[in-house]
Amino acid sequence: MSKNTVSLPSKELASGSSLWQDAWIKLRKNHLALFGLGVLIVLIISSLLTPWIAPYSYEAQNLDLGATAPSVSHWLGTDIFGRDMLTRIMYGGRVSLMVGFIATAVALIIGILWGAVAGFFGGKIDAIMMRIVDILYALPFMIFIVLLMVVFGRNILLLFLAIGAVEWLTMARIVRGQVMALRNQEFVEAANSLGLSQWTIIRRHIIPNTLGPVIVYTTLTIPSVMLLEAFLSFLGLGIQPPESSWGLLINYGVETMEEYPWLLIFPGIALSLTLFALNFLGDGLRDALDPRTSKD
Amino acid sequence: MAILEVNGLKVYFHTRNGVVKAVDNVSFSVDSGETLAIVGESGSGKSVTCYSLLDLLPKPPAKIEGGSALFNGDSLLNCSKEEMRKHRCDDIAIIFQDPMTSLNPYLTVGEQLMEPLVHHPDPARRQSRAIAKEKAIKLLDEVGIINPSLRFDSYPHEFSGGMRQRVMIAMALITEPKLLICDEPTTALDVTIQAQILRLIKQLQKTRNVAVIFISHDLGVVAGIADKVVVMCNGTIRETGDTDGIFYNTSDDYTKKLLAAIPEGAKVLPNRSHADSSLVKVDNLKTYFKNQRSTGEQDRYVKAVDGISLNIARGEILGLVGESGSGKSTLGRAILQLAPTTSGSVTFQDQQLTGLSAQQLFPWRRKMQMIFQDPYASLNPRMTVFETLSEPLLYHGLANKKTVTQQVLQLMDDVGLSQAQMRKYPHEFSGGQRQRIAIGRAVATKPEFIIADEPVSALDVTIQAQILDLILALVERHDLTMMFISHDLSVVRYISDRVVIMNQGVLVEQGSTEAVWSNPEQDYTKKLLSAIPVADPRSERSRNALLD
Repeated sequence: MSKNTVSLPSKELASGSSLWQDAWIKLRKNHLALFGLGVLIVLIISSLLTPWIAPYSYEAQNLDLGATAPSVSHWLGTDIFGRDMLTRIMYGGRVSLMVGFIATAVALIIGILWGAVAGFFGGKIDAIMMRIVDILYALPFMIFIVLLMVVFGRNILLLFLAIGAVEWLTMARIVRGQVMALRNQEFVEAANSLGLSQWTIIRRHIIPNTLGPVIVYTTLTIPSVMLLEAFLSFLGLGIQPPESSWGLLINYGVETMEEYPWLLIFPGIALSLTLFALNFLGDGLRDALDPRTSKD
Repeated sequence: MAILEVNGLKVYFHTRNGVVKAVDNVSFSVDSGETLAIVGESGSGKSVTCYSLLDLLPKPPAKIEGGSALFNGDSLLNCSKEEMRKHRCDDIAIIFQDPMTSLNPYLTVGEQLMEPLVHHPDPARRQSRAIAKEKAIKLLDEVGIINPSLRFDSYPHEFSGGMRQRVMIAMALITEPKLLICDEPTTALDVTIQAQILRLIKQLQKTRNVAVIFISHDLGVVAGIADKVVVMCNGTIRETGDTDGIFYNTSDDYTKKLLAAIPEGAKVLPNRSHADSSLVKVDNLKTYFKNQRSTGEQDRYVKAVDGISLNIARGEILGLVGESGSGKSTLGRAILQLAPTTSGSVTFQDQQLTGLSAQQLFPWRRKMQMIFQDPYASLNPRMTVFETLSEPLLYHGLANKKTVTQQVLQLMDDVGLSQAQMRKYPHEFSGGQRQRIAIGRAVATKPEFIIADEPVSALDVTIQAQILDLILALVERHDLTMMFISHDLSVVRYISDRVVIMNQGVLVEQGSTEAVWSNPEQDYTKKLLSAIPVADPRSERSRNALLD
């Protein structure tokens, strides 16, 4: 067939839709996922703007007031020191969301790369890399964090890194399992026979095909990281009062649950809402990123 | 009187994308001692028809919308679960396609054989383990398992594929059913094993006087085994008749198309090989893999390729034939430097490839490409056709961002894909179209040498013919040299100039295709050639008569 019979396609066809563009088109049709995305965006924006929009200062105490139920001046009530709960939840959200996203991002990056490399090359490389993972698994997590804190001093960024450094282990295992199943597929062999470099194969052919389970695990990791932060803070290793995080607020709320239930309920709602939003978004993303689900 | 009578059967699948009429108004009947073959391509509804009789379909989405099926006068379609269980246990048995996955790996073969007797739904007919064991061993002997009382306690993985299918047959027969449904029972097997299994089914049918429904896509197999044939297409029956009638005087266009699509006879295109100029030279090539279950010095290595030497001339199509495990795929991969070589050398255009680093190999990669067997696994599911086809072009610098679209479109044109499909993902294509994409990727870099590893064995026969023609056309147009790996001897004969027969890692025989066909020298080649089923009932019968 002669060259000129091939009509040059329209601009749209030429630029084409990438995996992510397709995913966005599909995601827009998933109402639950959009709801999740919307909730997350509202939460993130309000956390960013908290210092300007919060009704009170986070450390402003009113000991005379004490713990009061929700009222017009304090929408979500006050805690035992008379501090405004709405303000505290907003400030707490800053810490919790930051921990959740940064620590999970750290876990994601290390975990995916580590797992993909170990699974793809296999053999001795795999054995060594996975033994390192096993050793880290076996290391008591608390001791690890305490050591970090002792050596580097208490620092919120360090806390993020410490949590991320623990959470990537499971991610690496998941990705490695996926990659081992993928690397013997014929399309990987086809890529090899084209002479693609190993790194290109991992990046273009292997990692995109592991996205489904990775996304689901990510949406599970974020809330668990938030709770982990609460646990560490409770032990005095994380952030300290008067600063707050959702996890800390919930912990204190549990202690006074019987007398002042709103101290537990409202931070609980904030965390659960985030969790739901993440799960809806995660499921939506997983489906949207799978080309096998239809676009319409 | 017919043992099974199916009338106007309709099975629809209610999916999100609408109703799929998987089986639409299908009627047939089978007598005792008779073999009815249901022939059709994938998606024709041949398996669904039989599964619906035994209530083995997932419901929903499947729903039986109408018709009747009478087994000895009892209705199968609206009986209770209990009655259906009785039918499955006593009357109707089924053999599945893949003997590797139809046995439970955690139970011994004997345990699985005794199961239907020891756990019979009717307590009065349950048998003691001792009696069941005796029966099972007798049956294992009957289906040709050597040393049955010893093998009784073996686990499935200790059997080869053919032996497992024999076990499956024994399992189907242990309750002495009156109807045996075989769903492509030999498709996953090698041709010599296939011949044995087919003979076994035929022989058992005679001695036990059971009715057999034989589902198959392979007209050659059907010609040898069936008394009556039903041809199905898209859920409907195209034609029903006795075997000779279907094969020799069919009036139906679809049946004619099916018969015409079977590769038969010698290669029609001229031999373009330049005998004096060798493109690929393989010298005493060995590829050994470490044996994971090694017990000593003798079996430390699995000798996948054990000292193969051969020459491929420029422009030649070389057929490489062998049964599964013969090392033919490993040889192909070793030539392309995709599998490790233990010793020996591969020379391509006077350049020795063995021992080159990945970087040194890179310029040679684009000159040698591979087409893979499974078009469902050989394409990255997350890459569109455009991405798949542009990757080799961009990576090898044969196109830049501006020209790549034009070139991809040209490529799609070459392999017979419509341009509108450029942005689609692999799952949106049929098997044949996917194989076209894979072929497009292989020829994208304008290679000189292509290894096609069973490129049509996963495809239906009419699609297979189209893909073979496409491959031949591309070979012609781009002046390619090709090594065509296949277990299907008819396909190899149809496509190749010269043929190499491989068995257990070593080269058994080589020669020009027609010479090997008409005058095989080695016993192994003779055995292989005589086992090919031919889509000609008369010659199949005369051969069976000879063997009996």
